[in-house]
Amino acid sequence: MREVEQSFSLDGEDLPFQLGDTLLQAATRVGRYIPHLCWHPDFAPHGSCSICTVKVNGRPAAACTVRATSGLDVESHTDELNAQRKLLLQMLFVEGNHFCPSCEKSGNCLLQATAYQMGMEGPHFEEFYPDRPVDASHPDLLLDFNRCILCELCVRASREVDGKGVFAIGGHGIGTHLLVNSLSGQLGDTDMALGDRAASICPVGVILTKRQGFAVPIGERRFDLVPVSGQVEGQL
Amino acid sequence: MTHVARGLDYVKPDIDALLARFNRDPHALVQILRELQAQQGWLPRDSLAEVATALGLSLAQVQGVASFYRFFHTQPVGAYRILFSDNVTDRMLGSEALLVDLCRRLGVAPGRVAADGVVSVERTSCTGLGDQGPALLVNHHHVLTQMDAPRIALLATLVRQRVPVAQWPADWFAVQDQIRRADVLLAEPPLPGVALSAALARGVAAMLAEMQHSNLRGRGGAGFATGLKWSLCRQSAGSEHIVVCNADEGEPGTFKDRVLLTRYADTVVEGMTIAAHLIGARRGFIYLRGEYRYLLDALQLMLQRRRDAQLLGHAILGRPGFDFDIQIHVGAGAYVCGEESALIESLEGKRGTPRIRPPFPVQSGYLGYPTIVNNVETFCAAVHIALRGGAWWSAIGTPKSTGTKIHSVSGDCERPGLYEYPFGTRIGRILEDCGAHDTQAVQVGGPSGVCLSAFEFGRRIAFEDVPTAGAFMVFNRSRDMFEVARGFAHFFAHESCGFCTPCRVGTALVVKRMDKLAAGHGSRHDIDVLFELDKLLHATTHCGLGASACNPLRDTIAKFRPAYERHLKSLYFEPAFDLDAELSIARQMTGRDDPGAHLEKLT
Repeated sequence: MREVEQSFSLDGEDLPFQLGDTLLQAATRVGRYIPHLCWHPDFAPHGSCSICTVKVNGRPAAACTVRATSGLDVESHTDELNAQRKLLLQMLFVEGNHFCPSCEKSGNCLLQATAYQMGMEGPHFEEFYPDRPVDASHPDLLLDFNRCILCELCVRASREVDGKGVFAIGGHGIGTHLLVNSLSGQLGDTDMALGDRAASICPVGVILTKRQGFAVPIGERRFDLVPVSGQVEGQL
Repeated sequence: MTHVARGLDYVKPDIDALLARFNRDPHALVQILRELQAQQGWLPRDSLAEVATALGLSLAQVQGVASFYRFFHTQPVGAYRILFSDNVTDRMLGSEALLVDLCRRLGVAPGRVAADGVVSVERTSCTGLGDQGPALLVNHHHVLTQMDAPRIALLATLVRQRVPVAQWPADWFAVQDQIRRADVLLAEPPLPGVALSAALARGVAAMLAEMQHSNLRGRGGAGFATGLKWSLCRQSAGSEHIVVCNADEGEPGTFKDRVLLTRYADTVVEGMTIAAHLIGARRGFIYLRGEYRYLLDALQLMLQRRRDAQLLGHAILGRPGFDFDIQIHVGAGAYVCGEESALIESLEGKRGTPRIRPPFPVQSGYLGYPTIVNNVETFCAAVHIALRGGAWWSAIGTPKSTGTKIHSVSGDCERPGLYEYPFGTRIGRILEDCGAHDTQAVQVGGPSGVCLSAFEFGRRIAFEDVPTAGAFMVFNRSRDMFEVARGFAHFFAHESCGFCTPCRVGTALVVKRMDKLAAGHGSRHDIDVLFELDKLLHATTHCGLGASACNPLRDTIAKFRPAYERHLKSLYFEPAFDLDAELSIARQMTGRDDPGAHLEKLT
């Protein structure tokens, strides 16, 4: 028996999906862009950034967590939802210390690229200016916690792929922060290595490789060339 | 190495014995940390490392859990740790002045440890004693009620003389039940075992049918049909099923579960046992909020009494194969753990972060087993349904909201305490009964509920009109409703778990705006931003805590707008800072206060 192709509607267009797909997986599979930060095709959905919030049959839901079923009516690229996303991005920008012009990740940063995509032109909210010292203890890697958006991708990659559990989340509320697993709390006292998946997974500029600064000039980097919405194809 | 909390020597705890008692089970982490802290006052890093190694967890994981719960301390605290319950009702009874007075007498700043390490004084979220505040929580174990100036003066002396808390005046620890109006649930409790026998006699299918027929809806706030929840759980495949009683009564202004667990604890456990029979569970948990730690010993005794009476344990009521027992898990100060999936995470020894749903707990809950989580009051109601049937229950209240509901009444009224009414009761009726006069507003269901103004007092308590989880806080016309909302905004920011962006950052931004308004720097623009945040949080948060965090704000802006506008400096934009005020430190340092040391006033 031939399987009937299943589909749901995304912004009025039919979108086929495979059994078990979330809305975000299904969209990614066919190259359709739904803005997101904490979701990564290689990892289970996390649902913390809220950027992928869409309307499913009129009700808000995170596209990374909702399973696709036939006949769903999903809205994503609407003025209302994009305005919401912009506010959420602005929240992330004011929560940390994000100075793009001096950041080595500029042009390769998913937060920055998504903010451009959503037309963010300023912080809108008052900055928190938190005091977060950097961790330069590791010979090959630098941690700049000022840019952390708490997506937990490094936590997950280190635990699930590298089998090391180098990172964890501590605190609560606005004091929630990334923890490093060592008695000193320093990365230099962990077994983290340059080749670890966790070393390259950070979507923003927290986990940086030392002595590699500005190898590609700003202006010629990944999202400088093609906006994030144009780079969906081939991720899954 | 010995651990010394400054000023008081603690004996090095026997971590090995503690870990052995919990079978080195990593899922017991929250309980292990709680008991460890009870022994040594706080949780030093090397103790956490020892626990981590023994449980097969990483130090960072253990630190992550220890730093999540508000009652765990990873820095030294005072040997006397005094927490003032900081609900609006405590404040209305003068708690802030008492806190200031106590700090002055002890020479310590709020939130700091005294230089000699003897004492620290802080605020904490509502401790569930709103009808007999101002209330204190001392060393996370002792509750003190009805504090006043003379008591605070004596307390300061006792602390300075280092008199053990157990030797403080006994009447300070008196907790009253204050049952003002009883209906079904607050009447004389049924004899232990009678309802359970009745449920067994009905048989599983028939008893589940009675539950469904009763149309009982969960009393924790969400109002999901209890019979349906239990049926779904029974039908879910799993090698084990779990019953959880949610006694994490964290909604500010609610204290009914405290009384149910004091005077009706047998009924609560009987309800859990009936549920266990219906869903096929062998294990149950009572998630007792950390603030109710003082009830633990009595609850353990009650559980043992029931085991001795064959009402718990093996072959309950002599029925082979009906095995069910209950553990009590004591929380550690986290409002979000009232959300059922966060509660389950906490039961598993983790940070209390709500899970992605589906799957729902009835499908995959504690350790992946099908699990029901019900409120204390819901289990009590189930006992009465077992005794008298679903039809009898559904005849009480309204068709959509059957049975009775217990209200925790506090605030501006003559007779605070518990009031039980059938659903469908008018707000105004409750106000008359509790002796409230000149009432401006009532916050029903706590900060995450709804704020009603005088023109709405004809509305009725019911899921279809004014739903409630049980809090009923009364405000007379002397109260500033803006300040009420600001207090609640601080509560939500303090209790946010920090997982999702909108709640973590949004609740902190709301606090900043409200504080800006309170400081007299507000403009209409700030109110627009508050509206914007309310809308965003409702649409994008991971769980209900964030979604409801702006409810008091939205209600009070809509209904008590003048209270806000009194705080507006201008109708247009105002910066959050005052340039001239920023120079005050420089003026202090230079000893100048002449006109030249001030910015020119723009007119």
